[in-house]
Amino acid sequence: MTSAVTKRRSQSRYLAYLVPLAAVVVALFIGAIMLLVLDASPIEGFQAMFRGAFGSKDALISTALKATPLLFVGVGITIAFRANVINIGGEGQMVAGGLLATATALGLPDLPAGIMLPTVLIAGMIGGAIWGAVPGALKAYYGVNEILSTIMLNIVAVQMMNFLLRGPLIDPGEIERGTRIPQTARLPESADLPLIFGSDRLHIGPLLAVLAAIAAYILLWRTPLGYRVRAVGQNADAARYAGIPVKWTITLALTLSGAMGGLAGAVLVFGSESHRMVTDGSTAGFTGSAGFNGIVAALFGGLHPLWTIPASFLFGGLLVGGNALQRAVQVPSALILALNGLVVVFVVATDRYRRLLLERGSEAHTDVRMAAASKDAGRPPDPSPPESGAVP
Amino acid sequence: MSGTWETFFTAATLIAVVASGVRLAVPLLLASLGETYGQRSGVLNLGVDGIMLLGAFAGYWTVLETDSVWLGLSAGMVTGVILGVGSAVISVTLKAEQGISGIGVYLFGLGMSDLLFQRLVGTPTPISKFPKLDIPGLSDIPWIGEMFFRHSLVVYLAFAAVPLSMFVINRTTSGMNLRAVGENPEAADSLGVSVSNVRYATVTLGGTLAGMAGAALAIDLGIFQQNLTNGQGFIAIALVYFGAWRPLGVMAGALLYGFVNALVLQFKTLGMIPNTWSDIAAMAPALITILALVIVARRFRAPAALTKPFTRGK
Repeated sequence: MTSAVTKRRSQSRYLAYLVPLAAVVVALFIGAIMLLVLDASPIEGFQAMFRGAFGSKDALISTALKATPLLFVGVGITIAFRANVINIGGEGQMVAGGLLATATALGLPDLPAGIMLPTVLIAGMIGGAIWGAVPGALKAYYGVNEILSTIMLNIVAVQMMNFLLRGPLIDPGEIERGTRIPQTARLPESADLPLIFGSDRLHIGPLLAVLAAIAAYILLWRTPLGYRVRAVGQNADAARYAGIPVKWTITLALTLSGAMGGLAGAVLVFGSESHRMVTDGSTAGFTGSAGFNGIVAALFGGLHPLWTIPASFLFGGLLVGGNALQRAVQVPSALILALNGLVVVFVVATDRYRRLLLERGSEAHTDVRMAAASKDAGRPPDPSPPESGAVP
Repeated sequence: MSGTWETFFTAATLIAVVASGVRLAVPLLLASLGETYGQRSGVLNLGVDGIMLLGAFAGYWTVLETDSVWLGLSAGMVTGVILGVGSAVISVTLKAEQGISGIGVYLFGLGMSDLLFQRLVGTPTPISKFPKLDIPGLSDIPWIGEMFFRHSLVVYLAFAAVPLSMFVINRTTSGMNLRAVGENPEAADSLGVSVSNVRYATVTLGGTLAGMAGAALAIDLGIFQQNLTNGQGFIAIALVYFGAWRPLGVMAGALLYGFVNALVLQFKTLGMIPNTWSDIAAMAPALITILALVIVARRFRAPAALTKPFTRGK
């Protein structure tokens, strides 16, 4: 292997990281054209977008908060995807987690402060875990397509949210006043997510999400369970011959994935400024579509939990910036939703080229990797090959 | 309450419920027939709901501007063709992960249709609906006539597409190629069948029917609003599984949905279920679908190459 070849190959590794970025740039370019068609200035719009997302301390806080549910869901997606399961149920899992956490806080308002917060967060995880375990078990034991079952469970979750928030969980004050806004009472203060860095709205949610990402990394690449998950994802038949309980592992992967979504929902509720759970009748009204956008963040991060951290931050910025863009040039926020869809499409559509480039690039690193092979725990299996060189 | 039940169990009410069930089944039937073609050839198009929404807006807006429901329906279909080709590029040529790319198409359609509506229309304005077309003779049959033969042309077209699809898929060379590509693309390829051409055709056809379904929905209701379909596109995809990838089964599923929805509507109109419980009732379709998925998964097998992109020589 000549040095020129090595160089080109390692270049292709870096190119691989640029592919998803290019996909976003193309989507933004289409957004610019759409702005022009809508008689708005794209330059003004994008300036406002960037400033709104990353331009000030306040902007960065907004971005971090927006990125939090994306990161939780994204981490969940990476766990499921490693077991070769596609979890489209983030929306429903967030709702289920939010609901169970809310019900717990309302049902046990007198828990001591130190116990309250962990309890409601765990309740959120359990809610999401149930919403993940059902499609997981249905897939593993009955062969039910998980994409469809998770989508159906999203519909069930939103109806359950509407029912509970209009009925059993509604703020008694709403009934007295006759306004009947579908929302809970102010949740116990002991369950508020603690604020950090002296900010009046930055809470520990983003930190929890980063911790979750690190935990998922450790789980997937440093524990026997993670090994089993990856083995099942790579080749279920081989895993079965090796004595790995495939069905149980698939169920568990989707359960853990759901638990992450549930945690996202709980953090949304207890980190919200109103400290209530509110519904506008749609799932997106509660989740802000984080259940879907988290998938993009995970893909963008190469389905690696640690890379999903910066990816989520970037996408959080895109969403926050989108609101700023809307205010600056007066375009309906639906534009951002449409652009987001394009980003998903472009990122997924170019994913294969990213992998091809990575494969080519990783050949150049073979020598280095051989030496480090025993430590090379960070190497993700197919369908999204090697990125170990970049793992922090 | 007993009085309400008596009102419900009158011939007139029951006939009306069946007739409206047939009508409500139409968008689902069109969209899921289209999806059936795609899935039988190995492509899962999850973007149906997004295509339906844009088709619905295109149909609505065209009728608003031209006052021709047929131009509106055609506009929905043209929109479907464009998005169908786009979806084919994504899943066939670029070999994207089909379980996710469709969500992108959905979000795009959801946002774009809302954006266009806000920009071009703004306030919800009612439009003309499809004219009724009574089938001579058949529409005079007591009960049956009113249930099945006093609908608009779109309803008859949608149901006529069922035997047509059965014929195309099971009895023609194109249908055989289509099934071969969905079951064993390598074998089909080695026999000279172009896997990508077949899949382009089926996904585009699926998009066309989804666009038509959206337009049919909007023109049937005579309105457009944000998220008009309310997830019907996803139900349509589930119906393909429900119907075990067979047009007749898909039709049965669409009718079941239509009837359940018509019943719930009727119950609501008659005040037979309290308002808060209507949220619980709204879970029924999704729960029935999950149950149906379990039953179908035990008894039928999906096309072997479903969701698997094809690369020659791999």
